[in-house]
Amino acid sequence: MPDDPNRIVANDPQVEPTGPAVITHGYPLEGEPQTLGRNHRKVDAMERMRGVLRYTDDLKLPGMLHAKIKRSPHPHARIVNIETSRAEAMPGVYGVVTGQDFPIPYGVIPWTPDETALCVEKALHVGDGVVAVAAVDEDTAIAACNAIDVTYEILEAYFDPEQALKHSEDNPINPYARKGNLSKHVKLEFGHVDAALAESDLVVEGEYFFEGTTHAAIEPHCAMAHVEPNGLLTVWSTTQVSHYLHRELAKVLELPANRIRVIQPPLGGAFGGKSEPFDLEFCVARLAQKTGRPVKILYTREEVFYSHRGRHPMRMKVQTGFTRQGKITAVDARTLIDGGAYSSFGLVTTYYSGQLLCAPYAIGSYRFDSTRATTNKPACGPKRGHGSVQPRFSMECQLDKAATALGIDPIELRRRNDMGADSQTVNEFRVGSNGFLECLRRVEDASDWTYKRANLGYGQGVGVAGSTYISGTNYPVYPNDMPQAAVQICLDRSGRARVFSGANDIGQGSNTMLAVIVSEELGLALDDIRVVSADTDLCPVDLGAYSSRVTLMVGNACLEAARRLRRKVSRSAAIRWDIPVNRVVLATGMAVDREDPEKWVRLAEAFQWAEADHGLLGEVGSYNTPKDRHGDYRGGTIGASPAYSFTAHVAEVEVDSDTGIVDVKKIWVAHDCGTCLSRRIVEGQMEGSAYMGFGEAIMEQHGVDPLHNGVHPGPSLLDYRIPTFVDTPELEALVVEAPDANGPYGAKEAGEGPLHPSIPAVANAIFDAVGVRMDELPFTPPRVLAAIEALNGEV
Amino acid sequence: MLRLPKMDLVRPESVEDVVAALQTPGSRIIAGGTDILPNLKHRLDEPPRLVSLSRVSALQSIDETDGFMEIGAGVTLTHLSGHGRVRELFPSLAHAAGVVASPLIRNMATVGGNVNLDTRCRYVNQTQFWRSSIGGCLKSEGDVCYVVPTGRKCVAAMSSDCVPVLISLDATVVLVGPAGRRELRLAEYFQADGTDHTVRAKGEVTTAVRVPLPDGPRRSSYQKWTVRGSIDFPLVSLALRFDLDQDAGDGVIVHQRIVSGVLGAKPRVVGKLDNIVGKRLDGPDVAEQITQAVYRQCKPLPNVPYEAPYRHKMLKVYAGRAIEEMITG
Repeated sequence: MPDDPNRIVANDPQVEPTGPAVITHGYPLEGEPQTLGRNHRKVDAMERMRGVLRYTDDLKLPGMLHAKIKRSPHPHARIVNIETSRAEAMPGVYGVVTGQDFPIPYGVIPWTPDETALCVEKALHVGDGVVAVAAVDEDTAIAACNAIDVTYEILEAYFDPEQALKHSEDNPINPYARKGNLSKHVKLEFGHVDAALAESDLVVEGEYFFEGTTHAAIEPHCAMAHVEPNGLLTVWSTTQVSHYLHRELAKVLELPANRIRVIQPPLGGAFGGKSEPFDLEFCVARLAQKTGRPVKILYTREEVFYSHRGRHPMRMKVQTGFTRQGKITAVDARTLIDGGAYSSFGLVTTYYSGQLLCAPYAIGSYRFDSTRATTNKPACGPKRGHGSVQPRFSMECQLDKAATALGIDPIELRRRNDMGADSQTVNEFRVGSNGFLECLRRVEDASDWTYKRANLGYGQGVGVAGSTYISGTNYPVYPNDMPQAAVQICLDRSGRARVFSGANDIGQGSNTMLAVIVSEELGLALDDIRVVSADTDLCPVDLGAYSSRVTLMVGNACLEAARRLRRKVSRSAAIRWDIPVNRVVLATGMAVDREDPEKWVRLAEAFQWAEADHGLLGEVGSYNTPKDRHGDYRGGTIGASPAYSFTAHVAEVEVDSDTGIVDVKKIWVAHDCGTCLSRRIVEGQMEGSAYMGFGEAIMEQHGVDPLHNGVHPGPSLLDYRIPTFVDTPELEALVVEAPDANGPYGAKEAGEGPLHPSIPAVANAIFDAVGVRMDELPFTPPRVLAAIEALNGEV
Repeated sequence: MLRLPKMDLVRPESVEDVVAALQTPGSRIIAGGTDILPNLKHRLDEPPRLVSLSRVSALQSIDETDGFMEIGAGVTLTHLSGHGRVRELFPSLAHAAGVVASPLIRNMATVGGNVNLDTRCRYVNQTQFWRSSIGGCLKSEGDVCYVVPTGRKCVAAMSSDCVPVLISLDATVVLVGPAGRRELRLAEYFQADGTDHTVRAKGEVTTAVRVPLPDGPRRSSYQKWTVRGSIDFPLVSLALRFDLDQDAGDGVIVHQRIVSGVLGAKPRVVGKLDNIVGKRLDGPDVAEQITQAVYRQCKPLPNVPYEAPYRHKMLKVYAGRAIEEMITG
């Protein structure tokens, strides 16, 4: 044990234990895991696959109204008047709200509250919400929106961050911004960059542009609200941060938090696109208060594009210095970030654009200068690999250029710069476990790298890239001394566990992760563990599914509670058997004497003994981060994490030099997730990440059309192209395990890190295939063809 | 979710009853619905009623008579692309039908619908809200064209995969209306106005396309480029057909027809190629003449996504590749 790692552990009702035979053939051997690291069926898999899972839009309450939000067709306009009387007089219309109904500005980052539920003064991008109507059905709500006349005074709009910054004083976009159109500026230097560059044997200069992409979760945002007769407001939402939504609802609606309950039903994808409050949640809540009826809003796909919060466009100018042997002496990065109309997580994004670049390579000296500007576009925010996917693209392309210039194999060059475990980054972050070298070795071997580099002909190529990512941030977005995560577990006498957790399962499998930990500690089958999550009335606070924090933080909290219960149950058995407590093992549905396997009872019975001894069996666990991981300077906490994951990719491509079409044949993904708690879920995250990055590399384009009033060029899944099955390369997940002392059983993140190298690995493979450097995303056929023609002197 | 406008639905069971039902002003035909329903959700039209062809069994067969293959307008693209005789006699048509959109859409979409697919444009096939932001255009609520700002006629793109192939095969289209049945060459069915791009009268229904059976060896090809391997409308679309004196890559060309879609509202039949007739398909300058003619005569517009100059260049590349494929068989 664990036996065949490919065997799926079914969550079927537990087989009736038959006594020692089971024991002698398997568990328990001391110190060996019983559940960890295997393939598990996700706890909600059957409901999802059978189509019976109830998503937010499946929820209906008696008397429920449907609401619609009327949006600004202008990218920048002052709202002069909103005339709602015609709409309000329409039969079937129950309520109308405008920005005046909830004018308190909010923001997911408490330092930058610059959004209102609906526009109060101005509309800041095409699709900004202006007025909402609740009606008996959607058609009536739409008709009522059409009957509302909004008078606008059109203002000049800026779609280019440089232009917006120039007009910071004479035409500030966001009325709540403190520094005009400068959303955030961060400049940090570690060591003496200019001197190090001057002394370098090689300085690679590059300019990179990332155009921006969105999440494209298949489930659109949806929210429903209901006010109980006693005034309790319940909001069901497709959020991935129930707690932050809870806080902002309290603030904007001016209700005490204990009068609000937020429930997150099962989600159909999020990827960071649901990690802050949106207009619809405030609108359904206020409309429910006003009308006394339940109210629901389901976004159209177009509205999902306007809510956006996707990856920021970034223009990155980078200088990287190297010694002749390929060691990185200095990195100097200047980044201009296009933030869109609101701050969102932008303060953090601006730091992340520099702070997360300092591993896995030892960098002699480092300077970054990042500026985030406000523009008249849908707000950008966190998307899987928040803030660091773009600069990682530039960093890894720079390394590839240096490898070429120095005549060093690109994998070897990365190996030479590996910072190692138990080390410190140039920006003073403490790194614990580090499996990066193993990741490099695994992709090198699996891809047959050395042979392919030497033998693939023109038009075919392989490229490599590496990366690191955080397993949660050391500090929450609002300062407090309370735990970052907490879990409560109850055992009952029927032989089950109930796990209460505020964490948001967004499809990444966090509920399953909790069940796996409880199963590991208590010997219960996964089906005997009920995970109740993301209901603020029932569950302890968790900060939400972002920054890849859940496995490490919530996992640790769960582990603490589960171990406390295990000790209680084991002790009760030990007393009855008159043996030392460490001889009692809870495994495969039984409590067993390790040294005398004839002595065993079903777990239900052991739980009954413990309940008789202790009263109701419940324990809590909580987790807070170590405070010694970060740098001792302003901003030095942002990007610091209890543990870092590491990744390497090799991509193999074929480039058609007549058409510029890049066919990505295969991506090998090696990822160090610490200890792998649930193998197929980890592999799924690795493959999903590589897929997502591949799509961003090859086809995804999210922007606005500056020549046509700043409209999104195609806010639909027909025009915003994400790869289909037939476009997707073969993906091979290679799990690397370098357990970290800070993770539960040593586990680190696997949900975001594995995305980062996708884009530069493809870019570097294109260079290997046809000799052109693709420094601008995405690598569309016209761009690749133009680069090939320029190289061949055909233009 | 986007909502459909409210309308009536009638489901007649005969072509006659369809024609009768279409006499109600504003009626629109719905077959598979894969084109019209998204357009109605986008409020490009709000017809008071839809006339469904789903119960007209007479439209759902493929027959060979009098030297023609007659394909009923209600035949699905899945059926067409998998049909044994179609694959044998008209492989480029089977291929084109099989690369439309996605399997699920092809299960619903029909030949008649694909022939009559509404023209498409990046400034038109958007929601009503989106269009309100730029003020609409010739094909929607406005009176300007964003593709050709000086233009007076809509240049939305004919985006059917099957149409260029059918024209290359000299197909005809059968229409039935109050005045009876008429049959016209598909090449003459289209006109250069994206707001009204066929000559079908409002009260007429397309009942079939008829494709003449080949009377000798033939090589044909359909070339489609789009970004993704599924779902997408064509961005480069080219159908080629060569009748040869013998079934070989070095056969002599006795007849040719090359047709491009996704330019403006009308598919373009590439002309001025009479001088390749009588030459061998693999002749020294045949491919060059064809690719040059395609490049000179087919000019993509910025009406669909991806740079028009790139798509222009690709027409030449794909024409050359098609000829190579046809030579090697």
